[in-house]
Amino acid sequence: MAHPVQTRAEVLSRTAEGSYHRLVLRAPQAAPRVRPGHFATLACADSGRLLRRAFTIHRADPEAGTIELVIAERGEGTRELARTRVGDRLDLIAPLGTPFPLPDGPVSALLVAGGYGGAPMVALGEEIRRRGGQVGFILGAASADRLYGVEQARAITQDVLVVTEDGSAGLTGRVTDPLAQAIKAIDATVVHACGPMPVLRAVTATALDLGARCHTAVEEAMACGVGICMTCVLPVVGADGVSRFVRSCTDGPVFDGARVRWGDIGTVPPDLEGAAAMGGQS
Amino acid sequence: MDPQDVDLTVQFGPLTLPNPLTTASGCAGYGRELAKFVPLDELGSVTAKTIMPLPRSGLATPRMAETPSGMLNSIGLQGSGIDAFVRGELPWLAERGARVLVSIAGERLEEFAELAARLNGQPGVIGLELNISCPNIADRGLLFAANPATSYDVVRAVREVADAELPVYAKLSPDVTSITEIAAACVQAGADGLSMVNTALGLAIDLDTLRPALAGGTGGLSGPAIRPIAVRCVHQVHAAMLAGRIPPVPIIGMGGIRTGRDALEFALAGAGRLAVGTALFNDPTAPLRILDELRTELARRGFAKFTDAVGYAHRPVTAERLP
Repeated sequence: MAHPVQTRAEVLSRTAEGSYHRLVLRAPQAAPRVRPGHFATLACADSGRLLRRAFTIHRADPEAGTIELVIAERGEGTRELARTRVGDRLDLIAPLGTPFPLPDGPVSALLVAGGYGGAPMVALGEEIRRRGGQVGFILGAASADRLYGVEQARAITQDVLVVTEDGSAGLTGRVTDPLAQAIKAIDATVVHACGPMPVLRAVTATALDLGARCHTAVEEAMACGVGICMTCVLPVVGADGVSRFVRSCTDGPVFDGARVRWGDIGTVPPDLEGAAAMGGQS
Repeated sequence: MDPQDVDLTVQFGPLTLPNPLTTASGCAGYGRELAKFVPLDELGSVTAKTIMPLPRSGLATPRMAETPSGMLNSIGLQGSGIDAFVRGELPWLAERGARVLVSIAGERLEEFAELAARLNGQPGVIGLELNISCPNIADRGLLFAANPATSYDVVRAVREVADAELPVYAKLSPDVTSITEIAAACVQAGADGLSMVNTALGLAIDLDTLRPALAGGTGGLSGPAIRPIAVRCVHQVHAAMLAGRIPPVPIIGMGGIRTGRDALEFALAGAGRLAVGTALFNDPTAPLRILDELRTELARRGFAKFTDAVGYAHRPVTAERLP
């Protein structure tokens, strides 16, 4: 996990992009530490809302000293943050979490994202290209306004598939529909995925079937984002073969999809370490 | 008065601590993550997340729901057990100069005693806090802190095996009919102090799923939402001590402390030590800010020493001029 920095970050710009808002924040100490897959948290100005909101980092520019976040309005807290104005200062903590693992050399990677899960994928794609690899994208969402990063992905590669459930952009369907074909088409040995849990589960299954590794950035409800509250846990198989509840905020958000027990999220599987001590309570 | 001249030191058993602030159990893990934001040795002490004898998975997710000025949690005491704590966490904390108050919990008296015995002589440990009041347990009828007799038994069992100079605090629940009765039982059993209060049992319903928001159904409510309840509990027990109904022991006040003003409020009610919990989730550097603010608030009111403010709210208004 990166060493996070807490700062009062000035809002340099706020741009509406589809149904999302992209905030550019001034955070010169944090920016050089950011890697694709890291996330950031913002505190709400309303003192009645104690819990920080977590956002994936779209980009960081160490030279400009800026961090870009993509905000999806989901409730009152994110609505408040989406309405910040240029010049406002936000309580930012970044970078947080374990980022996507980067290849040592050239690989062929498929980057799959649902909704604003596209936000970290552009920088990841650029990083893989910089290491001599090639990338393809599948970007999907319920509708065109909920896609993210399509134009930027197209600036990196021609291999960009767009999928929407309502057919308002690209193919009609889900990101998983063209997945197997896309993995084969670019001979991908690794798949990186970011999006809702059901998408990650399905992407992992297909990737593993085709012999590709699958790195998934999960989205779990968090109270703190820094590893102290223990609310964002999910069951993951450790290197020792033992399953444990681990924190998405520090051990993740990026996990080896093969190790996440997708079907057991929201339960306490009986073979989980320490499940016996719960005495049947779950 | 210059806020920097305000004396925040407090006695804790045989030790003098630089300030009265500690983390609230369960809100700072075992310190590793918080240390990235706050030098642990600058806190009066660090209260470690509750340790049980064996590894424990905790409850299913969702474990958390935000509520007005607070949150509900149902973590269910997830932890890796006493062996891993003594082997991996305590030495790390001690190396950083952290003064550690270890929260312990067991399902039976013997487990509390076994944990206390294991912690005797361990590096960095300055006291024990008995978590007899976690609301996220299987059978709330078994909540030790719900009953004076069971509270007494736990404290007694621990006090018998813990090193004599190691202070033992009992952590109390606000969800009782008479908190002074429970407090009295704990002190009579040998508790060297009281931690007040644990979370209050609550429930939120998700209007999308039309079901309880937490997988565990109920959860513990924390944050500023419970502060007046916590301040009331501290005030009530401190008053009982002043009236001679409970032998006087220090109280660690906690429940929604987010600012120096909140900290001062607890001190005036009778808390000689203070714990910061849920505020850490909002702002991991809160403890240092709260200490600064507390110095300012004390100086503004003419208190040269933190200890002078403890219990001040109990003095008759006519007895002397306000500071």
